[in-house]
Amino acid sequence: MVLVYINSTTGLSKAALETVTYGKKLSGDVTVITNGSASNEQLAQLGEYGASKVLVDRSVDGEDPQQLARLVAAVADQVSASTVIFSHDIYGKAVAPRLSVRMKAGLVAGAIAIPEADGSVKVNVFSGKAVGYVKVASAKQIISLLPNSIQPEKTGSACSVEETSGLAGASAISVLETKKPEGNIPLPEAELVVSAGRGLKGPENWGMIEELATALGAATACSRPVADIGWRPHHEHVGQTGVAIRPNLYIAVGISGAIQHLAGVNGSKVIVVVNTDTEAPFFKAADYGVVGDAFEVIPRLTEAVKRFKATQH
Amino acid sequence: MNILVCISKAPDTTSKIAFTNNSTQFDENGVQFIVNPYDEWYALVRALELKETIGGNVTIVTVGTATDEAIIRKALAIGADEAVRIDADPKDAYFVAMQISSYAKAKGFDLVMTGKETINYNGSQVGGMIAEAMDLPFVSLATKLDANGTKLTLEREIVGGVQVVEVQTPAVISCAKGMAEQRIPNMRGIMAARTKPLTVIPAEAVEDLTSYATYSMPNAKSSVKMIDPSNMDELVALLHNEAKVI
Repeated sequence: MVLVYINSTTGLSKAALETVTYGKKLSGDVTVITNGSASNEQLAQLGEYGASKVLVDRSVDGEDPQQLARLVAAVADQVSASTVIFSHDIYGKAVAPRLSVRMKAGLVAGAIAIPEADGSVKVNVFSGKAVGYVKVASAKQIISLLPNSIQPEKTGSACSVEETSGLAGASAISVLETKKPEGNIPLPEAELVVSAGRGLKGPENWGMIEELATALGAATACSRPVADIGWRPHHEHVGQTGVAIRPNLYIAVGISGAIQHLAGVNGSKVIVVVNTDTEAPFFKAADYGVVGDAFEVIPRLTEAVKRFKATQH
Repeated sequence: MNILVCISKAPDTTSKIAFTNNSTQFDENGVQFIVNPYDEWYALVRALELKETIGGNVTIVTVGTATDEAIIRKALAIGADEAVRIDADPKDAYFVAMQISSYAKAKGFDLVMTGKETINYNGSQVGGMIAEAMDLPFVSLATKLDANGTKLTLEREIVGGVQVVEVQTPAVISCAKGMAEQRIPNMRGIMAARTKPLTVIPAEAVEDLTSYATYSMPNAKSSVKMIDPSNMDELVALLHNEAKVI
């Protein structure tokens, strides 16, 4: 029996669908536990991705990992789960370690594939410069799945949704304010990302990056120096000290490709590098390279994308 | 405020990554170890800033062998008051968290701080595990931290933004970029670090819940395909037909 925790406070994210799909690949019997305000109709859709049943506690806001650990542990006990699955996002990173101690279950943090034949699970180590295979020694195990490692798959039909309450206890964390720009695609979940660095010369030049991102339906990101000097917000900074992402497509514009930046993006499936400098180290990590002036290349690329999109409808 | 900062050793970011013993162990040969940057730049430096403004004591703790004393002295040189080394060669995050929480339980720390993850195993596990073992609240990925009496006000990263939260001490906090700026130890700090107390305590018996069966290097990228900057339609066609990402 597999238990999957998802956060559904802002609806069903792609990461949530991935974790349910992952659970289905491990077991024919998948229970989902969630908190938050998604409607029963929305939650029932998780059945299409492999859930047999969804339990929801609408009294829990999901902001306190201690509360969530109590909730998930209690449900794991109720349904006799041998495996608990999280997304390796901000919730999984906070709750899964707590649950590991609470259930005395080994944690595989940041899985990038379904378990191997010997039961070991592949994870990135050394900031993506190598991979390791983690073996769990305990009878129960917890796996947190790195977003974008597998694709959601529809295999079934809508399932039942039941309300639960009284298992989580009180929250120790009070939220004073949430600052979240509306309408943007969250970077860790984005399949396509357009990123730019110091080569853009100033924050006023980001318009063309945003236009390219809009044409593609991509999220925007940036390199560390650009976030440090305040050209772009910190939550866009990808790299070793910022966010690590693994989109299907990463387009890097005017970023030289320092080792610390690569550590945050080397899980990307396809990398396109646009740089004036033929010697930029990023070209060594790229699948496609364009040597040229971003101020000419990017508007041209945006037009090409628009032409392509027009042929797709 | 009585603060415990958990530090881990990590290979310098420019280290060559290789494995030995039939790909079951990280090859430490020729590797320079540093204090894990998240532990040092963010957790330790913010702890010192809090001590400087409101008073208190900063203790660092690491689970490691005698060879880790160089990174402990570095952390003391930056300004920690004292250090504890729990004597073991750690095998997994659970082992480390059990050792630290067992040491910290009886010591009455107001605040336990960790980096958001180590740069070698990237698991983000130890902070949350310590919090659960000590039955304390946990705020992860904090980018700001202020203390007022027993009340902590923090900013933390959330998907696509930030959130301001409040929690009562004692608590466990994992620290991300934004918390503080790196401090370079000065000569006086380095001299003083030599005589600061470093206590070595034995590890407790804890079973390992996980282990690395084997490691491997990711497949090397095939060489880059260069596209004519005047022909972006070709790039779009390749991304669609060949790479199949759009």
